Formats: sequence, C-alpha cells, structure tokens
Amino acid sequence: MFKLYAKILSTPKTVIDADVLRSNDLEIAGKKLKEKVRKLFNGSLAIREVDAGSSNACEQELTALGNCYYDVERFGIHFVASPRHADMLMVTGPVSRNMKQGLIRTYEATPDPKLVVAVGDDAINGGIFKGSYGVLDGVGKVIPVDHEIPGDPPSPTVIIKHLLRILEDVEAKGAKPRKQL
Amino acid sequence: MNAILLWTIQLLAVPALSPLGIGIIRKIKARLQNRCGAGVLQPYRDLCKLFGKDETISADASWVFKAAPYIIFGVTLAASAAIPVFSVLAANPLADLLVFVYLLAIGNFFLALAGIDTGSAFGGFGSSREMTVAALAEGGLVFSMLSLAFAAHSTNLFKIVAVVSTLSPAAFAPLTLSLIAFMIALLAETARFPFDNPATHLELTMIHEAMILEYSGKRLALIEWSSANKLMIFAILGVNLFFPWGFAAHGCLVPSLLAFALVLGKALLVAVFVALVESSMAKMRFFRLPDLLFVSFILSVLSILLIV
Amino acid sequence: MITPLSLYFASLIALAVGAVLSILSSRHDKAANFFGSSLAALAAIIGMISSAWVLISGQVYSFSAATDLPQLSLSVKLDRLAAFFVFVICLIALLSSVYGYGYVKHYFGKYNIGKLGFFYNLFIAGMIMVSAAHDAFFFLIAWEIMSLASYFLVVYEDREKTNVEAGTLYFIMTHIGTAFIMLAFLLLYGSVGSLDFGAIKEGMAAVSPAVRNAVFILALVGFGTKAGIIPFHIWLPSAHPAAPTHVSALMSGVMIKTGILMMIRIFIDVLPNPPLWWGVVVLLLGAVSSLLGVLYALTEHDIKRLLAYHSIENIGIILLGLGGALIFTSLGMYPLAILALAAALFHTLNHAVFKSLLFMGAGSVISSTGTRNMEEYGGLIKLMPQTALFFLIGSMAISALPPFNGFFSEWATYQALFAGIASASPLVRLAFVAGAGALVFTGGLAAACFVKAFGATFLARPRSHEAKHAHEPAWGSRAAMACLAAIALAAGVFAGTVTNLLGKVAQSVGSLSAYAPAFSANAALFSVQKGFASVSPLLVFFALAVAVAVAWFAVKLAAGGRAVKIARTWDCGSNLNERMEITATGFSRSIITIFKSILMPSKQMTSEYRDGHIKYFVKASTVKLEVKDIYGIYFYRPFKELLTKIADRVKAIQGGNVNAYVLYIFLVLIVLLCFLSVK
Repeated sequence: MFKLYAKILSTPKTVIDADVLRSNDLEIAGKKLKEKVRKLFNGSLAIREVDAGSSNACEQELTALGNCYYDVERFGIHFVASPRHADMLMVTGPVSRNMKQGLIRTYEATPDPKLVVAVGDDAINGGIFKGSYGVLDGVGKVIPVDHEIPGDPPSPTVIIKHLLRILEDVEAKGAKPRKQL
Repeated sequence: MNAILLWTIQLLAVPALSPLGIGIIRKIKARLQNRCGAGVLQPYRDLCKLFGKDETISADASWVFKAAPYIIFGVTLAASAAIPVFSVLAANPLADLLVFVYLLAIGNFFLALAGIDTGSAFGGFGSSREMTVAALAEGGLVFSMLSLAFAAHSTNLFKIVAVVSTLSPAAFAPLTLSLIAFMIALLAETARFPFDNPATHLELTMIHEAMILEYSGKRLALIEWSSANKLMIFAILGVNLFFPWGFAAHGCLVPSLLAFALVLGKALLVAVFVALVESSMAKMRFFRLPDLLFVSFILSVLSILLIV
Repeated sequence: MITPLSLYFASLIALAVGAVLSILSSRHDKAANFFGSSLAALAAIIGMISSAWVLISGQVYSFSAATDLPQLSLSVKLDRLAAFFVFVICLIALLSSVYGYGYVKHYFGKYNIGKLGFFYNLFIAGMIMVSAAHDAFFFLIAWEIMSLASYFLVVYEDREKTNVEAGTLYFIMTHIGTAFIMLAFLLLYGSVGSLDFGAIKEGMAAVSPAVRNAVFILALVGFGTKAGIIPFHIWLPSAHPAAPTHVSALMSGVMIKTGILMMIRIFIDVLPNPPLWWGVVVLLLGAVSSLLGVLYALTEHDIKRLLAYHSIENIGIILLGLGGALIFTSLGMYPLAILALAAALFHTLNHAVFKSLLFMGAGSVISSTGTRNMEEYGGLIKLMPQTALFFLIGSMAISALPPFNGFFSEWATYQALFAGIASASPLVRLAFVAGAGALVFTGGLAAACFVKAFGATFLARPRSHEAKHAHEPAWGSRAAMACLAAIALAAGVFAGTVTNLLGKVAQSVGSLSAYAPAFSANAALFSVQKGFASVSPLLVFFALAVAVAVAWFAVKLAAGGRAVKIARTWDCGSNLNERMEITATGFSRSIITIFKSILMPSKQMTSEYRDGHIKYFVKASTVKLEVKDIYGIYFYRPFKELLTKIADRVKAIQGGNVNAYVLYIFLVLIVLLCFLSVK
C-alpha cells in the first residue's frame, strides 16, 4: 500500500506537461464544453453508452474519455450504469440484428428529455460493415438519432470537440433538452 | 431567536451539506488517481438536473416502488434530527441508540422492497445482498454504540457526547476497539469499499446500486440524496460520539456556530479517511464480508467486556 | 351479581353452547359456521370485558370448589397475570372468529363444519381455562382439552396425508410435554401434599432444593414443548401450517403463549427464590431459539412454515426477557426483574397481534391461489392491495421497525439485557451479552426474511397461473386484518401506556409486588432506570410522519410538474420474464451459505441426458436443496431407536403364558408388602 502512495505522490499533478496543456485543443474545447453543459444540463450530463454490435474501437475511445489525460468528469460529464439515469445515449456499432431489440428497449427506457448520438462511422451509416447481411446499416434505421460523431474510431479529442458542437446546435435550436427549473 | 436559528441549522445541516461530503470524497479519489475530477459541488448539480427530468416507471411497479424514495428520505431526515450535530440545544428523546439504528433500518427495508418490486433480475439480488449485509452489520453498529453507552451510563446520544468528552485517556482506551468496529459498520451501512463500489457499472458487483437501476428523475435524486445523507449522518455521529471535544454544551449562538464549524472539520477528516480507504483497497468478495462484520461485532463485545 | 369471575364463567358457557350448537347443526354448513363463529366471538368479547376489568382494577378473584378427595379440587384464580393472558387470548379469538366466518366458507361441502366449530370453541375454552387454572388437576384437564381440541383441528383436513402426519407428531410431542408437566406436579404434590397452586406456594418450605431443581427442569421441558423452544420445537413447523388459517393464528399467536404463562406462574410465582442457573438456562435457550428460529425461517419457501419458524424466534425473544427476570430475581434486583418481565409480557401481546395478522394474510393468499409455495406467488399487491398493505404492516411490526409495536417490546427487552450487562457478575454478564447479541442479529435477519416473504409474495410479477387470477378475500377477513393492523400501530404509538399497565401486571407476580419497577412509563415517555434510556413512542411516530410528509411536499413543490411515463422494466434489452425474478429460495441463499456450519445445507443435482453415452445435451435437470434436520438425526431418532430397543427387550416378559402373568402379579405384591412394612 505504501508503494502505491509513494507512486501517487511522486507523479506530477497530471500526466502531461502543464505548458502543453494550456495550448492544447482539448483544453480549449473542454472549457467551452463545460460552459455549455452548465447552461443546458445544469452542470451534469449523464451518458449511457450502448454497444450495438460494434468492433469495440469506439468503446475504447469512449472509455479513454474517463482516464487521467482526458478526464471528462471535470466538465460535468459522467457515464452511468442504467439508461434510466441517462440524459444522452451514445450508440456505437452498425446495429447488428441481435442488438436491434436491445437498442430499441434502451431508447424506450431512457426518460425524457433525451438526446441520441451515433458515435463512429459504423453507427452513422454502417461504415465498413455497410451492406452486410448481419447488420442494419446504422443507428438511424432503428431509433431516431439527434446527432452524429463521425470517425473510425473518433479519438477522444475529436469526440469532445463534436460534443461541443452538438451542444451548441442544441442551444441554437432553442428547444431546451430539459425543462428549466 | 437563537434557538430558532440553531434548530434550523441542525435540521438543515445534514440534507444541505451531504452532497458536498460526497463531492469531497470523489474529488480526493480523483486526485489520488492523478486527475482533476469534477468539482466538489458536482453532486448538487447532479441532483438539480435529476429533479428537472421526467421519470420512466416500470409497469410492474406498485405503490411500494413509488413511495419508497419518500420514506427513505424522510427516514434520513428524522435520523438527522435525532443525532447530536453541534449543540445540546437539540437534545430530544429521539436521540436513543436503538431508535437511531432501527429508524435507518426502515430505510433499508423499503429500499430492498423497491428493488424487488419491478421484477428485474438485478434489483432482486441487490436486495438480497443488501439485506444480508445490513442484518450482519447491525450487530457491530449497535454494540459499538452500546460500549459507549456503558461508558456513559446512558443510551441517550447527547449524554454519551457529554460524558465521553470528560473521559481520561485510560478510560478512553477500550473505546478504540469500538471505534474500529464503528468504522467498519459505517463503511457497510453507507455502501462504501470494501463492501460495495458506489461507482461501478457492473451489475454483478453492485449491492446498493443494483436496487436503484430502475429509478429515474426526482425519485432517483431523492435516493441518491438519501445515501449522501446517510454517509453524513454516520460521519457526524461517529465524530461526535468518539471525539466530542468542542461540542457546544449550551445553546448560545457563538459557541454553537464554532462547534458547528468544528464538527464539519471533523466530518471532513472522516471523508478523507473514506476516500483513502477506497483508493487503497479493492472491493472484497461478497462471501468475505460476513467475516469482516463479525470482526466488528467481536471487537465491540471485547470493548464492552473491558468497560463494564 | 356481575363480577369478572362470573363473566369469565359466562364466556366459558357461551363457548360450550357454541360447541354444542355447532355439532348439532353439522348437517347445515351455514348454520354450523354461524354458531361456531358468532358464539366464539361473543364469548371472546365477554372474556375481554372480564379480563380488562381485572387488569384495571387489580383485584384478585378466586373460586374454588373442593371435594372429599384432596386431589380432586377445582381452583380458579383471576389475578392480573391470568387476566392479561385471558385478554390476549380473547382478543385474538374474537378477530380470528371474524376472519374464520368468511374463511370457513372454503370448507363448505368438503368437510364437516360442525366438527370444526365444535373443536374450535372447545380449543378457545381450553386456553381460557388454562390461563386461570390454579390447581394442578384442573390445569391438566384444561391443558388436555386444549391439546386434544387443537390436535383435531390440525388434522381437520384429513384427506391430506401431510396434515395427518403433522397431527400425529403434534399429538406425540404434546403428550410427552404433558407427561413432563405431570411429573413436575407429582413431585410437588409429593413434597407439599396438595395440588393447589396456592397451597404449594405456602408450603414451599417443605420442598427441598433438589426437588425444586427437578421441577424446574421437568416444567421447562414440558412447557417448552408447548411453547416451541428449540430443541422441542419439531412439531411446530408442520402442525401450524396444517390447521385451518384462523386456527393457525390462534395456535401460533396464543396457544404457545400458554406455555410461557405457566413458566412465569411456576418459576416466579409458585416457586419463589429461583437459583441463578435457572435464569441463565432460560436466557441461553431463548438466545438459541431466536437465532435458530429465524435462520430456519430463512430456509423456508412455504409461507406458513416460514411464519411458524418465526413464532419459534419470537418465543426465544420472550424467553430472553423471562430469563432476565429470573436472573434479576435470584440476584435480588427486583425492580429490574419487573422490567424484564414486563418486556416479556409486552412481546407476548405484540407477537400475538402481528403473528395472527401475518397468518391471516397468508391464509387469504393461500385460499386465493390454492398453494402454499411462495415461489408460485408474485405480483399479488395489484390484485390483493388491502391484504398486501396489512401483510406489510405485519412484516414491519415483526421486523421491529418503528413506529409499530414490535420495536417497542424489543426495545424494552434490550433495556433489560443492557441492565444485566451493566450490573451482573462477569459470568452472568456473558450470558446477557450472548442474549443481546442474539437479539441484535435476530432483528436484522427477521427483517431480511420478511423482505423476502413480502417481496416474493406480493411484489414483482405473478409466477404462476393461479397468482394471475388471485382476488381479495371476503370483507370479514379484511376487517379482521385491518383491526389487527390498527392494534399493531396503536400498541406502538401508545407503547408507554401499555408498558405502564404491563408493569403493574408484572408486579402482581409472586414476590415482586413489594418493589417498584425500574422504569416509568406514560403515554409520552417510556424511561428506564432513571434515565439510562428513554424513548418517546409518540415522538417517534410524529417525527417519521412529519419527515415523510415534508419530503413529499418539498419534492412536489420543487419537481411536481414533471411527467411520469409508464414503460417496461429495464432488462438490458433481453426478454425478461417471471422466471428471472428473484425467488424466495434465491433471496436467502447468501445467508444460508454464510451460516452453513449451523444450517448444513446440501445441494443435489441430477441430470437426465438426451444421449446416455455422450452426456452432452441435458434433457431435464433436478436440483434438490435441503437443510439438514439436526434435531431428527442427532436427537429424536437415536432416542426413538433406544426406546424401541428397550421395548423389544421388555417385550420378552409378555410371553403369552397366563401363568407367568399371575407370577408377576404375585411378585409385585410381595415387593409392595415388603416396601410398606419397611416404611
């Protein structure tokens, strides 16, 4: 146990050098994202990740969002264990036939107001699996999709920049994703 | 006038500050993982957002599911009114050791029923595990507070606070065993490591979280808030029963406010302790938990036998 | 002249009339049911008035009728203790009769209703007579009436073989108990020369300590068999479920308490100055009974057997109080003894109330679904909402949750045990610590068991065809349950007043009357030992009610406008069906595994394969989960085998030769004459 604490204390505050951080795309987008989340979601955006038959590449990138480097939790975004707790569904994968029912049920289990985001080329239009007999060619064919994040897979920085764009779109449309308290 | 102000603080302190306690624990854990983490006020934002969301309730749920969050939250409010927080002004007959333990047991009972109510597989086994852990943790909890009651010749929590602050170090020594037992019971009752992982997504590792997978919107907010309340209640009770120095012995304004600040400081130390425990060890396998809970019970019994 | 005693006899007469009228009209089901239930209810009301009168006034009413033979006398004494038990019996009998009136309709055309009414009235009469009996002869007659009547009620549904077997076991066990009791009384008669309790009490100086100890052990075994103490409990889990529900409620709620009454009567009232080890034995038996009772209850998925094991658990809790009272009496701490005895009496009342409530709820569910197996229930809260509410109140009461009555009687028992820990000598202190530890774990495990019982029965989705078509029982049954639920809440909220009264009852027993109790109780505050502990039942109730109301209003204000949508249960996208819910067996599996050294569970799996050679594809699989029957294997079966062996040896003297028999008589006569001449 003491080795663990020695390692924690000897590692600098964050894994990356501070100068690199300040000029980083990630940090600039992240600051704006935090502002948008604060304005639109009261500072707390809960995301449920649904794997609809993906190659797990997008999942790895989404998981990386929570690590020490990207640390998306500081923007008020966190991943939750149940769609009932979620505001946003991030769906990956081209929706295999086996996952069609699961995806629909997840969508129905999420309370309003909710957003559905298709993450990765596979989720948008089938990507490299397009036309295969075992997939349904994109999330939009199964449940209504509000926004898309292209990439195969999109890196965490790209995901954050697209999230910022999505929230700016939502704000611009004026339709608030949640009723004001 | 003073009395009204102090009573308001006493009644509102726990519900108002408990999300901050959770936020501090999460922040410390994040720092120990060499990342920034969300701010300490994040749980407040989570609760606010949840109160603004719609709910989706299962068609199989009955009134037990719908009423349980209110009952659980009400129980934590009643328990927070019962415990000594910072001044003897709030001394009342509710502050009995057994009344406190069994009030919280009502909350566990209804949460377990709510887990079974929707007929989901996870809720059911979450309830089963929760009732098992709660049944066994009650022994250590009651007996650790009982050893304090014997040292103070009363089971009234306020009298315990008054007497423990005057104990000599020699008389206090057996109580360290009870302190360990109480801390183990605290971790068990508030669903922290090594009993339960509050941040897990894997249903097979859940105890408390499994029962609330079906909740959404304002009812979810109430339940999350109740578990934050419970942690705060146990932390404040622990520091007041074992380290009561600085507790306001009169209902005067300035000493009471100072005592309040002191109690919050001590509760902060408990939060740091919980965060350190959660960062240092892994969650234990479920069938090793009863051993830990029986250890808690036996330590308390030893402490009692040393005191009486 | 109307006195409590005359009312007492009036209720007995009403029961006799009810029994006779019932059996006379056995051809007409409706008339038999009416006579059986209404006269029992009337008798119960009269009995309640009589006992309430004695409880409040505190006067003692006795009646005795002597004959020329000193053994054949009849003595009845209505003191506060007897009146308390008569009150509890009559209260439960009244509500049980109201419940039974609707419930017995299920037996119309199938079984003889007149017989049911006859034995039902006789059973209640037996219990009432046992409570006030004041000489051993009358007591034994009343005890036999009670046991035989309950035997016939247990085997009432005689077309089920299990019921008949349960009845046989009950018959044997209760007569073994009666034999021990008879021995105890004969020993006392031998020393004192009279069977009257009052005469025995006065002649106590003539009784040697060895005889007293022997009487203690015999009485403990005898009355313990009726009360259901472990290890004499083996008849309880099969007999209570076998009887009709309103009889089960009576048996579980009050009949086993008559054993407790007689234990109090004999150990504290008739035999004064109990030695220390008596109390320690009773306390430890109580601790063991309560823990093992609740652990076996957790293994059950038959709802009535589960409730029967909980009766054993609660008898254990009552014995914790009684044992404490005995220890305090022997140590000379009489005020604490009054506290412990009052706690035991309070738990007696509370258990009678909530156990009857639970049995009635279970009976309604069973008659509605046709099965006792909890695995086939589910979702009944939507089809039987009122029964579910009453069963929930009963579950909360038995799990000792405030603001219901179970919490306050356990609180009082805890205080008695804490007082023992604080003030006794080191070894006795350990006994009290064991008792308090058993009580703590019992409370938690009982709550777990009732989450399982209520959850598996009423919540989630129906798991069988019958459960999908369940319906509420007759309004009479619901009215009886509602009354009991209201009493459970009232006894909790007004626990102070009740404890005050019970303190007076406890004080009236034996030599305790010279002392003040170690507690003070009124409607607002129940305080023990000058402030060591105090609780305010009213305040607890109001605090809870206000807190929940505040929570509800605050949330309604803050978030009332949000929509609520009804949808499927979140099942991770799979096809969730009823078979995937937690079952009663699955719920308690963790606890059974944790306590496997005590319960010794076993699991047997047999699989049938499609191809016997390759054994790859399973066609059908059976799993048998069992808990080892320790008492049968290690205690009763060896005992039975020993008895059979002895009997086989003794059988040799019955050769069939009449001359040998004449020789035996001659030999015995010679021995007797020698014996008498020596004396």
